[in-house]
Amino acid sequence: MDLKVSDYTTDDDLTVINVEGEIDVYTAPKLREKLIDLVNKGKYHLLVDMEKVEFLDSTGLGVLVGGLKRVRAHDGSLELVCTQERILKIFRITGLTKVFGIFDSVDDAREHRKKQK
Amino acid sequence: MAPEIATVELTFSPLPVHVRTARLVATAVARRGGVEEGLLDEVRLAVGEACSRAVEAHQQQCPAEPVRVALRDGADRFEVVVTDRVPNDDPAGEGTTEVSPDLAELNGDLNLGFAVIAGLADDVDISSTPSGVEITMSWPAKKD
Repeated sequence: MDLKVSDYTTDDDLTVINVEGEIDVYTAPKLREKLIDLVNKGKYHLLVDMEKVEFLDSTGLGVLVGGLKRVRAHDGSLELVCTQERILKIFRITGLTKVFGIFDSVDDAREHRKKQK
Repeated sequence: MAPEIATVELTFSPLPVHVRTARLVATAVARRGGVEEGLLDEVRLAVGEACSRAVEAHQQQCPAEPVRVALRDGADRFEVVVTDRVPNDDPAGEGTTEVSPDLAELNGDLNLGFAVIAGLADDVDISSTPSGVEITMSWPAKKD
C-alpha cells in the first residue's frame, strides 16, 4: 500500500501532517521528504496525525526522530496524534513516548499548545 | 535423518519494496500455523524489522545476493529465521558494514530495529557467522 502524506497549517501556525498507510523502509523516505520540505519552508511546529497509519516500523520511528531534530534546531516542535494501541506499543518499546508529545486528537494537541504559550 | 524443512521459505532481492511482501507472507503462515490473532501484529513487525536490517546490509555489501526467510510451523512454536549473506556483520551496528548516510538518517542513527525485535518476539537469537547474520525469532502456536 502506498503512503499518503498531506498537510495543512492552522491559524495558530501549527502544521498538521496527515499520514495514511504503512510507514516502513520502502515508504518512509516519502515522509522524510515531506518533513524536510516543511522545515525548509520555515514550518517549525509540526503535528503528525497518525490515526490512519496501519503499520509503523523502526525506519518510520527514525524519520520522526530525524524530523524532531530538524525542528528543534529552529526551536520548533514535532508532536504526534495517535490512539492506536499497536502503534503506541512501538513507541513504548523504544522509549520514544518520553521524546514525543502524543495526543488523542489534533484538537487536544492544539489545546495543549495554547496552554504552553 | 532428513533435515528439518521449513514450512515456507522465501528469498527476495534486497530491495525495500519486498520487505512488505515478506511481512505479509510471514503473517499468513503464522496465522495458518496457529499463532494467536493478538500476536500476529508482533510477528509482522518483528519479521519486517529483521528483513529491513538484512536489506540494508545487503545493499551495502552484496546487492546481488537474496535475503532468505524461513518460516517453520512446529508442534508448539512458530519460528522465523531471517538470514543475510553479509559476513562478519555485527548485528548490533558496530561491525564492518558501513551504512550510507541516507540509510543512517532514515534510521536516525538509533538502531531501533533490534530494540523493536527484542521487545516483540517471544524468543530471539541473533548469531553472526562467517557467512552472515541469522536472526531467529519464535512465538507460541496452538494446534487444533
